[in-house]
Amino acid sequence: MLTATGLIGVMLGGAVGAMLRLWVGNAVTRRAGTRFPWGTLVVNLSAAFLLGVAFGVWQALEMSLDSLGWEVAAVGLLGGYSTVSSLSLQTLTLWQQTRRQAAIGYLLISATGGIAVAVLGYLTGYETSDALAQALG
Amino acid sequence: MLKAYAAVGLGGALGAGLRHVIAMSAWQTLGPWFPWGTLMVNVIGSGLIAWLAAHALTHPQGHVSRWHHFWLAGFCGGFTTFSLFSLEALLLWQRGQAVLAAFYVLLSVSGWILGAYVGHILASQKHRH
Repeated sequence: MLTATGLIGVMLGGAVGAMLRLWVGNAVTRRAGTRFPWGTLVVNLSAAFLLGVAFGVWQALEMSLDSLGWEVAAVGLLGGYSTVSSLSLQTLTLWQQTRRQAAIGYLLISATGGIAVAVLGYLTGYETSDALAQALG
Repeated sequence: MLKAYAAVGLGGALGAGLRHVIAMSAWQTLGPWFPWGTLMVNVIGSGLIAWLAAHALTHPQGHVSRWHHFWLAGFCGGFTTFSLFSLEALLLWQRGQAVLAAFYVLLSVSGWILGAYVGHILASQKHRH
């Protein structure tokens, strides 16, 4: 449900997530250069992994997705940390530079890699929370 | 440097907030069986960033150029989301709807690129007149 509190939570999470994306993206680009969009790739794959972890934790502990915690951490922070617009623009730019293989490779690695690391993150989050919950009774 | 972070943070907050409103409205009007909201914001956001980027190139002294941190990395970045896309594909698959999950992924990826292409074309055409 859309609530004012939820919306403010998403906006705060989104602000932090977007700034974190700028910081991580810049840090990666400084090391890897600008010939290939490594920054966005690292940001998106780490975001998909962490959102998988969060979802695993939420499901293992039977917490509601319709809660302020999920809205701030998942929809706001991790949603705003990742980006599709940069991915699309960078793919289009690589294509226009006639670097067709790089464009297709970038898009394919992003999409398949994103889902793969989300699964990996989900399993990590779910199993860890489940084991912790059982250990703590 | 600090100004860039402030602009990206502000744009990210507005983009993420608008995404949430659209996702919630789509969920209520179109139903929870398919992630229409995320699909919409990602296609629209891809179109918008390509339009803005092309516009900034042809208008180096314009508003978009001077506010590119706010508009591109901030607003478009926060409005679109890759992590929720990945999670929704996983969710559809987990619910036993593997075909729908594959459809979601294919429709999304082709929609993103088509959106960016259309945005780019629109900005270039406007410049020619």
